Amino acid sequence: MTGSDSGMTGGPVVPLGEPGGRAPRAHPRSRGQWSERRFGLAIISPTVVLVVVLVVLPILWTVMLAFQDLRLIQLRTAGLLGDYTLDNFVDVFTSPGFWGSLVTTLVYAIGGTVAAIGLGLVAALALRQPFRGRTFVRASLLLPYVAPVVAATFVWGVMLNPQFGIVNEIGTGLLGWDEPIAFLSERPWALITVIVFEMWRSFPFAFLFLTARLQAAPATLEEAARVDGATPTQIFRHVILPQLLPTIAVLALLRFIWTFNNFDDIYLLTGGGAGTEVISVRVFDFLVSRGDIGAASAQALVLASVLIVLVTVYYRFAAKEEVA
Amino acid sequence: MAGVATVPADTPAAPSTPPRRSVTGRRWSRYSIETRVFGVLRWVVIVFLMLFTLFPFYYMVLLSFRDLSALLQDPAQLWPDLSEFTAATYREVLVSTESGGQGFLQFMANSGLIALGTVLVTLVFAILGAYAIARLQFPGRRKISVLFLAVYLFPSILLAVPLFVFFTRIGLRGSLAALVLVYVSQTVAVAIYTLRNYFQTVPASIEEAAAVDGAPRFTIMRKITIPLAMPAILSNALFIFMIAWNEFLFALLFLVQDRDRWTVSLGLSQLAGSIEIPTTVLMAGSVILTLPIVILFFASERLLTGGLTAGAEKG
Repeated sequence: MTGSDSGMTGGPVVPLGEPGGRAPRAHPRSRGQWSERRFGLAIISPTVVLVVVLVVLPILWTVMLAFQDLRLIQLRTAGLLGDYTLDNFVDVFTSPGFWGSLVTTLVYAIGGTVAAIGLGLVAALALRQPFRGRTFVRASLLLPYVAPVVAATFVWGVMLNPQFGIVNEIGTGLLGWDEPIAFLSERPWALITVIVFEMWRSFPFAFLFLTARLQAAPATLEEAARVDGATPTQIFRHVILPQLLPTIAVLALLRFIWTFNNFDDIYLLTGGGAGTEVISVRVFDFLVSRGDIGAASAQALVLASVLIVLVTVYYRFAAKEEVA
Repeated sequence: MAGVATVPADTPAAPSTPPRRSVTGRRWSRYSIETRVFGVLRWVVIVFLMLFTLFPFYYMVLLSFRDLSALLQDPAQLWPDLSEFTAATYREVLVSTESGGQGFLQFMANSGLIALGTVLVTLVFAILGAYAIARLQFPGRRKISVLFLAVYLFPSILLAVPLFVFFTRIGLRGSLAALVLVYVSQTVAVAIYTLRNYFQTVPASIEEAAAVDGAPRFTIMRKITIPLAMPAILSNALFIFMIAWNEFLFALLFLVQDRDRWTVSLGLSQLAGSIEIPTTVLMAGSVILTLPIVILFFASERLLTGGLTAGAEKG
C-alpha cells in the first residue's frame, strides 16, 4: 500500500526534505530538556516499533529469503536460517520470461508516467481560469484517483469487453472497425490499454500538484510578458513552463517509482497476460501460484534495487530543491 | 484549494483581453488567433476530460440497474430505459449466499471494520508521533523522520513476500487484526508526515503559555494541540479510511481463503472471473464498493485536497 498505486495509496504528499536543522524550541533548563527528550521518545516509540517490525525487518528478511531455496510447502518446518545459495538469482536471470518482463515493466512505467503527467498538465492549464462550476469539475477529475482500483478495473474490463462492451459497440457500429478488439488479451493492445488505464487513474495526482503550483506562481511575470505582446504559447513556453519544471521533475520521479512497482492495476486488468507481465505480477505468481519463495524474493530484490537508486536520486533532488 | 486562484481574471486564454499596447499587425494577428484558438480548445479539453474521467462511473451505475439479457440484446444503449429498470441486481449482490445472493453485505461489514480499525489505530500512533517530531527535541528525531519518508515511498509489492511468509509461519494470516496492523504500518508514515506539517503551523507560543502555567504535556496536547489540529486529523482520518477500504493486494494475500472474511474489493475481484454471476450484478457490487468513497470524497473535498497539497504548497 505504501507508495504503490493501490488506491490513494501512499498518499500524495511531496516530501520536500526535512526542515533542516530547525531545532524545536528547547526549554531553558536542562531538567526540562531531559523530560522533553524522554517524553518525545516515549510517544514516538510505538510507531517506530511498528514500522520496524512490519516494514524494515521484513525488507531485510526478503534479502535473506532471496538467498535461500525455500518453498511455501516447506515453510512450517523450515528454520529461519537455511542454506544460503545464489541459485534463485541464477534461475531468475536465466529464466525465459524475466528480461522481457523487465522491458515490459520499463515500457509500462515510462509510458504511464509520461501519459499521466502530460494529461495532468493539460488539465491543470485548461482549468486555470475560473468559470462557473470549476470546483465541481476539479473534484470530478480527481475521482479516478480515489475510486477503488478493483471497481475501476472491473468497469474498464466490461467497457472493453469484445462481446458487449460499449467501446467495441461504438467502434464497430460507428467508427467502422471490422471486428471487435480484445483490448485486454491481445498484443499489443493489452499493454497500450494498461498504460491508458494508468493515465486515467493517475493524471489527477499530477493535475492536483500542477494546479497548486500554478496558483502559487506570481501573476506579475505573466502580466509583464503580456504587456510586451507575448502570445499565449510564448507565455507558456517561456514563463509558465520554467516555473513548473521542478514540480514536473518531482512528479515524474514519484509516478515512475509507483508505476514501476504497480501490481494491482495490471493484475486486475489482464492478470499479466498478452505481453503485460510486469515484474510485480511475476513476484506475486512465483509467491502464490508456484510457492517459490526464494525466486519471488529475488525478483522483489531486483525491483527494490531499482527503487533504491531512484529514491537516492530523489533525495539528492529534494535536497537541492531546498537550497534553491 | 479551489476558489483561491491567485491568477488575475484577464489571462491569455480569456478572449476579451486586448493586447495592452499597440504592437505590429503581424504580432497582433498571431496574438488574436492564438487567444481565440485556446479559448475554444480549453472548453473542448474540459468536456473531453469530464467525459474521460466520469464515463466509466456513469457506465457502472447504468449497467448496475439493467438486466443482463437486456444488456446483451442492446449493449450500446447509453441512457436509462425505465421499462427495463431493475434493482434486483442490488438485492442479489447484497444478500448472503444461503439466500442465493453474493454476500456483499458481509463484505461491507468486513471492509468497514478493517477500515475503521485502521483509522483509529493509525490516528493514535500518528498524532503522538507527529507531535513528537514537530515539537520535541529527542535523540534520533531526524533519523526517524527519514525512516518514515522511506516507508512512504516503499511500494507494497516488495513487502508482500516477507509479510505473507511471516504471517503464514505464525499462523495469523487469515486474521483481520493482522491485516489491520499491516495497514497501520503502511499508513502511519504518511499520516505522521501530513500531521507534522500541520502541527508546525500551530504557534508554539500557545502551548508555551500553558506550559508556563504548569500544565503537564499530555494535558497540553489533549486540550490545546489536538483541538487546534482537528481539521488535519479529520482529513487524515478520511484519507486513511479510503486507503484501507480500497486496498487490494494485502487483502488478497491474507484473506482469500475464507469467503466470510472477504472485503468488498477482494470479493468483487474474486467473483469477477466467474461465469455464473451476471455482469450487471457485479456492476451493482462495484457501485457498492465505490459509493462510500465517492460520498466521503465529495463531502470532504475541500478538506482533502487542502491536505493532499499540503506538501506541495511549500515548494
